[in-house]
Amino acid sequence: MRKSRFLTGVLTGALLIPAPLLAQDHSGHDMSGHTRRAMNHAQHDEGMAMPSHEAHDARDAHDPHQGGHAMPMAPGAPSMAQDIPQGPPPPDAFSGPDHAADLFFPDKDMAHARHMVRHEMGGMGTTIVMLDRLEAKLGKGSDGLSWEGALRTGGDIDRIWIKSEGQAAFGEGIEDAEVEVLWGHAIGAWFDLQAGVRQELGPDPDRTQVSLGVEGLAPYMFDISAQAFLSTKGELTARLEAETDQRLTQRLILQPRAEALFSAQRIAERGTGRGLTSLEAGVRLRYEFARQFAPYVGIEWQKKFGSTADYARVVGDDPDRVVAVAGLRAWF
Amino acid sequence: MFQTPHDRRALLAGALTAGGGAAASLLFPHWARAQTHHHHGAHTATSAATEGALSGERIALNIARTSFTLGGRTASATTVNGTLPGPLIRLREGQDVELSVTNHLDVDSSIHWHGILLPFQMDGVPGVTFPGIAPHETFTYRFPVRQAGTYWYHSHSSGQEGSGLFGPLVIDPAHGERVDTEREMILMLSDWSFTPPMEIWRKLKARPDYYNFQQQALFENPSGKPWTQEQKLAWGRMRMSPMDIADVTGATYTYLINGQGPEANWTGLFRPGERVRLRVINASAMTIFNLRIPGLPFTVIAADGCDVAPVETDEIQIGVAETYDLVVTPSERAYSVIAESSDRSGFARATLAPRAGMVAPVPPLRKPPRLTMKDMGMSMGSGGAPMDHSGHDMGSMEGMDHADSGMEMNHSMRDPATAPGVELTPGVDMLAPMPTDRTGERGLGLDDVDHRVLVYTDLQTPEDRDDLAPPTREIVVHLTGNMERYMWSFDGRRFSEMVEPIRLAHNERVRFTLVNETMMTHPIHLHGFFFDLVNGKGQRRPRKHTVNVLPAGKVSFDVTADAPGDWAFHCHLLLHMMSGMFNVVTVRPLEGGAA
Repeated sequence: MRKSRFLTGVLTGALLIPAPLLAQDHSGHDMSGHTRRAMNHAQHDEGMAMPSHEAHDARDAHDPHQGGHAMPMAPGAPSMAQDIPQGPPPPDAFSGPDHAADLFFPDKDMAHARHMVRHEMGGMGTTIVMLDRLEAKLGKGSDGLSWEGALRTGGDIDRIWIKSEGQAAFGEGIEDAEVEVLWGHAIGAWFDLQAGVRQELGPDPDRTQVSLGVEGLAPYMFDISAQAFLSTKGELTARLEAETDQRLTQRLILQPRAEALFSAQRIAERGTGRGLTSLEAGVRLRYEFARQFAPYVGIEWQKKFGSTADYARVVGDDPDRVVAVAGLRAWF
Repeated sequence: MFQTPHDRRALLAGALTAGGGAAASLLFPHWARAQTHHHHGAHTATSAATEGALSGERIALNIARTSFTLGGRTASATTVNGTLPGPLIRLREGQDVELSVTNHLDVDSSIHWHGILLPFQMDGVPGVTFPGIAPHETFTYRFPVRQAGTYWYHSHSSGQEGSGLFGPLVIDPAHGERVDTEREMILMLSDWSFTPPMEIWRKLKARPDYYNFQQQALFENPSGKPWTQEQKLAWGRMRMSPMDIADVTGATYTYLINGQGPEANWTGLFRPGERVRLRVINASAMTIFNLRIPGLPFTVIAADGCDVAPVETDEIQIGVAETYDLVVTPSERAYSVIAESSDRSGFARATLAPRAGMVAPVPPLRKPPRLTMKDMGMSMGSGGAPMDHSGHDMGSMEGMDHADSGMEMNHSMRDPATAPGVELTPGVDMLAPMPTDRTGERGLGLDDVDHRVLVYTDLQTPEDRDDLAPPTREIVVHLTGNMERYMWSFDGRRFSEMVEPIRLAHNERVRFTLVNETMMTHPIHLHGFFFDLVNGKGQRRPRKHTVNVLPAGKVSFDVTADAPGDWAFHCHLLLHMMSGMFNVVTVRPLEGGAA
């Protein structure tokens, strides 16, 4: 009972921000290209300001001294544009070959060239490798390294993401790490849906999970990521991340950032309690020598909650600590 | 083949130029160099721009990679006949021409004759009008020359126009110029980066503000205009930047005139008191320029190759692919020609002088403009009281992010009701709530300059026209985009999404209304036709082939579909086109005009 209510809470939380966007962004999808033209006609009555000189043109067109192209419109009509229908093309416009150039050039050559121009005008993909954070963390307890990065490849709407993050303690090797392989799909102007598989690695027993989340830009320029994970053992966890860039100068940028982890259940063998399990909140100050090369320094508060904190104490970790960070942000 | 003698002469002269101390050491085409070091005098009317031009009925052009040096750095450019810009092609109205273009690249190439009326299969757009020119093959373009004026040519393949593949094309009228001048010069504006165009595009896909170093920041306010917390919140709420004027800036571009950077200072020589015709061509990939000649007013006599009634002004905004012919009468002194990029991140510079070596002061860059409420389409329409538009941002506007509230007086920035023709795809980040006709307004950043600036409503033909039938159909095209994703489209659909072409019937007269739903200026170009700009000039409406549509602006033009075939229609910002802001206009039936 309590568990299921929590589940609902986590899922709602994870999807809270993009939900209205989803609804909003799809509101226009039912309009086919054909109804569009007909609907355009309404546009002039719906708040398009009518420029005064369009009206002037209308008068000119009616001036009997200037050729007298009479139009069926009332004298003194405010705009000629209002009387130009926006109907479909005349039947003649649909005659002849689909592609005029096929009459002059070999079909095979034109088919290939057509494929290429479709590809070149909006269909090309990109591949970008991002290293969001590669940083040393120094504080009470063990010092270490952590990283977060991704490779993104694909087009505007559909992309493949390979993401990785993790941390290692100096002299002790990798503490924990994860690799995600996700399919991303644009679901509106600002957000992508991302679904795939996450593999958690580390000294704790590994977990393989399915991952479902959204990532994008929220109002006030917050980069948001919300993900839910379901492991092969049936454990449900979630992660919320938010960051924003505050430009101090053109190249000096202050980035507040927070990351919260949630678990729907206690996972003793991984030292995880239930509910909000941990929170990281920090600020990083980076200097963009180049857009693609920006070293930074910062400070981060790391806090574990509830029984997650208890587990940490058992193994000698401080569940509440502040670390200094210094690192590099880069992409290629 | 037959132009070898010319090439050799160009080579010799090139060596002389280098010896003369020009900082950029590429072989410049003869037309772009002559004025700098030779004073031909006024014994022939068009000495400078005629010298070294390719003329006649048979012309051979060779596309190849050529090393290009600028400011001590060398890169590989794609060129025509080995120069950047390419050679001047000078034709005469009424002649026939045969242009054999050989592609020496290892990828497909093409040349499009920008603004030229010709059979569609000679227009040079791969995949639309012909298959393109395969590596090491020759394509021969043949067409009758039916017009006069200032035009240009450029590649329509794989972003090659962004790496040097363009040149001027001037057609002399069959029956003499309307305006006599003693001398003429070509000023071909362009933008050069050592980063190839498609890598620039990739960087923008990764980070759309990659090249923008004029952002609003806590300790920096590049525009110098007041910036309140309210404004900051309003823009943040919309997830947009008010400093988003140009996608690609002086951070990577060097702005060139006739292939030379500001330091090299291309110089055109005149005799004091002469009337000089400047043929200005914006051959940039991504740069809209504001051009002025401090101390020297100029008279605009042609736009996009077509004569207009002379209008004197002090500054023009010239969109990518537009051309203007200007007449100046300089005195015994030097003048700087300054073409600032519209975001004021850099400028191109040339000098007009009576003697070589003279220079005039170069004014510092003016402050970059900042977008206002009006550029978001938030101005009040005809139904409301006129608001004060003098540079006020929308800080005080309420409720503009409540897209789902459905309130009437609500300035939603993505309300589908404002643009029923647009599909609200992920490629659409805003719909201007109240787009307005801005053809009577100055371009971005020129509102508050204290001299005259040309606006589209200043343009009119010298005489009344008798070919302006009223249109029988209106086609509304919305210019859409998503800056954050760097996606650009018409009506929310990229060309790659198998969009329907815009279908016209042969000789149908159509009104196009372009509605800019974005906050960038888009220079929109229709191949194969001149269109008649709806700018309030009645029977003297000017003819153009490319028109700037200001942010949240509307532009209407009428066109008679008298050229059967398939024609490209696109934003002439190269990387907008290559992100999907492109479509095909078909004119059917084909019989009786295509061949």
